[in-house]
Amino acid sequence: MDVMPKWAEVVLVPLISLLLAAILSALVILGIGEDPVAAVKLMISGALGSTYGWGYTLYYATNFMFTGLCVAIAFHARLFNIGGEGQAMLGGLGVALACLYIPWPHWSLALLGATTMAAIFGATWAAIPAFLQAKRGSHIVITTIMFNFIAAAVLNYTLVNLMRPAGSMDPATARFPDATKLPTLHDMLAPIGINFSKAAPANISLLVAIAACIFLWVLIWRTRLGYEIRAYGHSESAAKYAGISPFKITMIAMTISGALAGMMAINNVMGEAERLVLNATEGAGFIGIAVALMGRSHPLGVFLAAILFGFLYQGGAELALWTTIPRELIVVIQALVILFTGALDNMVRMPLEKIFLTVRSLRPPKPERKPVEPAE
Amino acid sequence: MDYLTLIQLLDSTVRLATPLLLACLAGLFSERAGIFDIGLDGKMLAAAFFSAAIAAITGNVWLGLLAGIAASLALSLLHGLASITFRGNQLISGVAINFLAAGLTVLIAQSWFQQGGRTPSLIGGARFNPITLPFADQIEPLPFIGPLYAELISGHSILVYMAFAAVPLTWWILYRTRFGLRLRAVGENPAAVDTAGVSVIGLRYSAVCICGVLCGVAGAYLSTALQAGFIKDMSAGRGYIALAALIFAKWRPWYALWATLLFGLFGALETRPDVIEALIGIKVQGQLLGALPYVMTVIILAGFVGKAIPPRAGGEPYVKER
Repeated sequence: MDVMPKWAEVVLVPLISLLLAAILSALVILGIGEDPVAAVKLMISGALGSTYGWGYTLYYATNFMFTGLCVAIAFHARLFNIGGEGQAMLGGLGVALACLYIPWPHWSLALLGATTMAAIFGATWAAIPAFLQAKRGSHIVITTIMFNFIAAAVLNYTLVNLMRPAGSMDPATARFPDATKLPTLHDMLAPIGINFSKAAPANISLLVAIAACIFLWVLIWRTRLGYEIRAYGHSESAAKYAGISPFKITMIAMTISGALAGMMAINNVMGEAERLVLNATEGAGFIGIAVALMGRSHPLGVFLAAILFGFLYQGGAELALWTTIPRELIVVIQALVILFTGALDNMVRMPLEKIFLTVRSLRPPKPERKPVEPAE
Repeated sequence: MDYLTLIQLLDSTVRLATPLLLACLAGLFSERAGIFDIGLDGKMLAAAFFSAAIAAITGNVWLGLLAGIAASLALSLLHGLASITFRGNQLISGVAINFLAAGLTVLIAQSWFQQGGRTPSLIGGARFNPITLPFADQIEPLPFIGPLYAELISGHSILVYMAFAAVPLTWWILYRTRFGLRLRAVGENPAAVDTAGVSVIGLRYSAVCICGVLCGVAGAYLSTALQAGFIKDMSAGRGYIALAALIFAKWRPWYALWATLLFGLFGALETRPDVIEALIGIKVQGQLLGALPYVMTVIILAGFVGKAIPPRAGGEPYVKER
């Protein structure tokens, strides 16, 4: 029997972790001599107070949905994919190749093509560590970390030596053609009478990210493959006994994971920058870890956590703009969230379990129904 | 390539290998005791900032070193709390520590010094200055041995010599003391150590603390010896390279020395593309050379060139009763 009711597990534990992270962050803000209440007010008005703010919040949230789902699906198979950053970088390369070298007639086809390329590139970058883990036994965490650095080197090399337009000093590709320009939320909401900010970068990839959340939910809880992934994650030996191939599950889970990370590129590379720059991912791959932990690896949780982090990111940018608090505050908050929801999970959980146990023992047990006498 | 260029190249190899070596030995202690630590980078970064900051304020580099070690130790204890006491996921804890250090250092640096996340430049006694070994000036004019002694062996800061001395010391502790035997045992089979009446928790905490001290020295070296002051993200992934070197070294101290020297050489070559071109006749891209340690680690880890087998109980929290 579980010690805690399900709602406590799903809602209470993450909320308390978040609260602890928030309190510590407030102390940090106090420590550097700023006012936490004013900071929160500024963050809310900057990130949610205008459609411009919302546009940025949702833009960041789109990135984090993809990378959060990437970490979440791997978690379900008890794999820790720390390489979302590298996979998203490679996804960017895929998007750039698709947008620059194929003459797309319409943005919708371009989106389809770029998404496919991004997914293939990201998936490939995740498949190599997966293969090495499944066949050669190398630890996937170490390999994916190494692959992040290798991806950065590959991207640097490609941008500086191969894809940089002639005469440009900037390590970036040429601007993508106009036909690949994705509709922004402004373009999408204008026909129904909502005047959304034109300057904000949120675009149609948000819908792709939401579709990915739904897809992942169906995959994990409504298909045989999802069942196999979860079974493998719960107990490798039991899964093996049930005829589930560890090699197959490791490969499939990591491929999907990498594809999701790679697909982030349609938002930041195709939707926002419209060219591939060196540091296009901006650490979103790592924030995916915090998002997945916060969202308990459930697509709905990931969706909500991604919006929370989108808010933190945009709010943090506003703070850096108007106060002397640097953007790195967000990195601290992110670290605290990872710490409390991931590593110190038991610190929150153990006292809660105790509380629930005492409450339960205080309450008189329900009168038990007498078993029906079997007919003689 | 002439002899003097070679000496210069090896000299910068030693400089670049030192922080890697210290961090690698730090990781060695921790992982040999069964605690995975991917937070080496964060601990180095925190130590780099606090040693530079305290050295800049007090003007005394030794106080700086102590502050750096204290900062790194604090993060180590956090890691211990999460992974030993609360049996959390050691990898996730390491990730959190890296981010915590990356964020807090800039935040505090900005609050203390208002210089965009850096410390003031360190001068004089606020830095570890090169030490000239005895007779270096007299030996220098000699052919061959002269430059070797005067340029390569002499003229480093005290921390470099400490790092190199730490290698035999680590070997001795691990393989010749009772503590070392127990440390290795707790990484392989904690239940056996527990049955023998030795505290698993105590051993693991002491391993994590040694790791913190060594990472602290490594970080202090970065900001007070290798460079003069702290800049944002100055560890630049060195903790991960040290982790790679640790795997490369198969969790053994002498191998760790060679692995970190090799990776240090890559780092030195990265800044001297002319030397590589002269050596092998083709132009090698610096970016690709920078990725070489990572590629080599992946290959080693995959067991294509010799198998690297980690301590068996690594990453597993120890539960006394089942």
